[in-house]
Amino acid sequence: MGIAEIVERCERLHEDIDFTAAREWKAAEPGRRVIGYLPVYVPEEIIHAAGMLPLGITGGGDQMEVIHGDAYYQSYICRIPRSTIELGITGRLDFVDGMIFPSICDVIRNLSGMWKLMFPDKYVRYLDVPQNYRDDIGGEFYRNEMRELLAGLEALSGRRVSDDDINASIRVYNRNRELVRTLYALRSDQPWQVPTTELYLLSRAGLVLPVEEHNQLLEAYLEAVQSEQRPRRDNCRIVVNGSFCEQPPLNLIKSIEMAGCYVVDDDYVQVNRWLKREVPSDGDPFEALASAFLHHSADTAAKYAETEEQVGRQLLESVERNRAEGVIFAAPSFCDPALLWRPMLADKLSRKGIPHISFKYSENAGQMAPIREQAGTFADSLKLWS
Amino acid sequence: MAEDKLKEAVKEPSMILQKELIAGNYEALTSAPETGRKVCSTFVPGNLNELIRCFDMINNLPEINAINNGMRKKTGAMIQDAEKAGHSEDVCTYVKSDIGMMAQGNIAPNGKPMPRPDMLMLSYTGCYTFMKWFELLRHEYKCPTAMLQVPYQGDGRITPEMIRYVVKQLKEEVIPTMERVSGVKFDIDRLREMLKLSARAEDDLVWVLESAKHRPSPIDAYFGAVYYMGPIFTAFRGTREAVDYYVMLRGEIEERIARGQGPITPEGEQKEQKYRLVVEGPPNWTSFRQFWKMFYDEGAVVVASTYSKVGGLYDRGFRHDPEHPLESLAEYCLSCYTNNNMPQRVDLIEQYMHEYEADGFLTNSIKSCNSFAAGELLMMREIEKRTGKPGAFIETDLVDPRYFSAANVKNRLESYFQMIEQKRKGEKSAA
Ligand code: SF4
Ligand code: SF4
Repeated sequence: MGIAEIVERCERLHEDIDFTAAREWKAAEPGRRVIGYLPVYVPEEIIHAAGMLPLGITGGGDQMEVIHGDAYYQSYICRIPRSTIELGITGRLDFVDGMIFPSICDVIRNLSGMWKLMFPDKYVRYLDVPQNYRDDIGGEFYRNEMRELLAGLEALSGRRVSDDDINASIRVYNRNRELVRTLYALRSDQPWQVPTTELYLLSRAGLVLPVEEHNQLLEAYLEAVQSEQRPRRDNCRIVVNGSFCEQPPLNLIKSIEMAGCYVVDDDYVQVNRWLKREVPSDGDPFEALASAFLHHSADTAAKYAETEEQVGRQLLESVERNRAEGVIFAAPSFCDPALLWRPMLADKLSRKGIPHISFKYSENAGQMAPIREQAGTFADSLKLWS
Repeated sequence: MAEDKLKEAVKEPSMILQKELIAGNYEALTSAPETGRKVCSTFVPGNLNELIRCFDMINNLPEINAINNGMRKKTGAMIQDAEKAGHSEDVCTYVKSDIGMMAQGNIAPNGKPMPRPDMLMLSYTGCYTFMKWFELLRHEYKCPTAMLQVPYQGDGRITPEMIRYVVKQLKEEVIPTMERVSGVKFDIDRLREMLKLSARAEDDLVWVLESAKHRPSPIDAYFGAVYYMGPIFTAFRGTREAVDYYVMLRGEIEERIARGQGPITPEGEQKEQKYRLVVEGPPNWTSFRQFWKMFYDEGAVVVASTYSKVGGLYDRGFRHDPEHPLESLAEYCLSCYTNNNMPQRVDLIEQYMHEYEADGFLTNSIKSCNSFAAGELLMMREIEKRTGKPGAFIETDLVDPRYFSAANVKNRLESYFQMIEQKRKGEKSAA
């Protein structure tokens, strides 16, 4: 497959708010089940090991007109829960057998209970994750959460899942994470070769495809992109932060690049890079997944930073490692976690003299001109000062 | 009528006692630099007041400071200061008024500066904003922080694993930090003694809240209840003073019941009770009296509210238990109202509608507070469906005066009361 073909496939997946690929996967064999989940992270390995397809749901994007969803939310609540409800009410998730709402914020937390009220026949699980990072405290709690999740899925499928099954799934996801890391490293190294829109679309495809297929897609892209030389622009290098839940429209992602910024790291859909290292797959899988969560996972606003030193540490490391010249904070409007975190991160950056700007968006934002202008001015100032 | 034209508020002896208690706590806080007592900042829902007191620390509650500043109309400027300093207009205004208060010298209601906290007790029950709020304060104060994660009741129940997790954190993280900061050794018997006192006050608080089942109701279970819950939800649970306060309050209400009297509003006794309401959501603080007046002027009395349960669902049976001190603290943290899932919240309100024979259900949706607000529209529809009683929805904010539109709220309430009236007439003519 060539780049164009791969990207086109991903684009189609991204635009498809009926989740046709997941529907087809389910229909291909009787007894298959699909489990939807919301941002920011769930241990997909557990779902995969249960023989089910984990389906990442990040709202309706800018493709979907929200008609019913607004009747469920006040104007001052972000957009992703209302478009997710719209997906539910319009039957677009009727083939989904269960939904997992992970601990990220009060909005998605409450949405878990709303789902229970609205879709009483579906399996609904609120997944708490640890905010205590000791193996014997937070680790124990999280191992238990995962076991309960698995027990729920086993009850749904009537099929027992062994540790070996989960270990096998960990291996497939390890490969996925490795490929995604390679893709990110390649973009950071040669951002003109891997435009962020392409990287983003590839990431998004991972939310809706079986992981094995996603792995093939990533492999194919990585191969194809090496054999083609793409024009190099005089862009500055920036990191995007704050977009870990409700996703910006693709046009916004494009706009940042068109405004003269190479994105060299970001926190867009990060379920595939949440665990930052290879997860051991030869022992107790719950231990391995819990330990990876506690000690080697991504920082987001949804996690407690145990010490003041830890606040922004990963962001600063990313800026350094990726030789970024500045940071763009791009957060969804009304997103408490991201917007409460931003001043702390901004302060850490300022202390190191790292320039930053910030703006808010919503998943259906149509007006790109102001953002392009802001990013463009930022890029110009970075070039001027570097 | 403009708020500042409201008359001097009518106060009962229990209110005067409460005022003294709170003033005493502020005095203890602001004199901490001289007395050498340690200050522990923490949040209201699921707070560990007894534990904090076990280490002789003084409890400082930033939410209460925000409410205090809100009622004294100081938060508007504080919030704007915080926004100027880079905090988003979208986030919880309690946080911003706290940050703005710091920027303005952190002056307590007694006019003296608040001390820097010696520790932050980040027990987050029912709200994720708490976590970032105290990270922001830690960023400022660089002081020790103890984190207590309280799992959410996602499936509508408290499991033994949840209790174990909270207890383990108490034993291995929270208590050692408190010992280190305060220099006081943990004494579980002292905790037991306090929990005994907590349970006694809790019994009386429940009696007080349930007195609203009477007709006429002797209390307003929303506007009045924010005073009644004061001592127990803040720095006094587990103290003799709190026990005395609730005995006194109960006595006052018993008298009102005997005389067939209604609640005491800032303008005296509420004589007329045409509408009995159940209310969801916190009140607005910057126009608190004006807001309340819109109810009692129309003859509306609140007979039950969810906000008066943010610090514990005592009326559903929970009591602090000296026999199982740490487990009972854990259960307390886990069971606060906003740590209940949405089906539990709907069930609770439905029960209130029946138990308190309410005519309607009103939501005061707070712009700041996703923890309460996300899902409230669905809740309202569910309650309407289940009870057949009309619901109404108003939108305000806690302490940001920009989001309290008196005219809109008043219009909305007036048409709502008319709706209840019409519904009643319809029911009568159908009967
Ligand atoms: S966008 Fe932010 S506030 Fe909204 S659901 Fe996601 S994390 Fe929560
Ligand atoms: S979001 Fe709500 S519960 Fe949380 S701190 Fe703000 S007002 Fe309190």
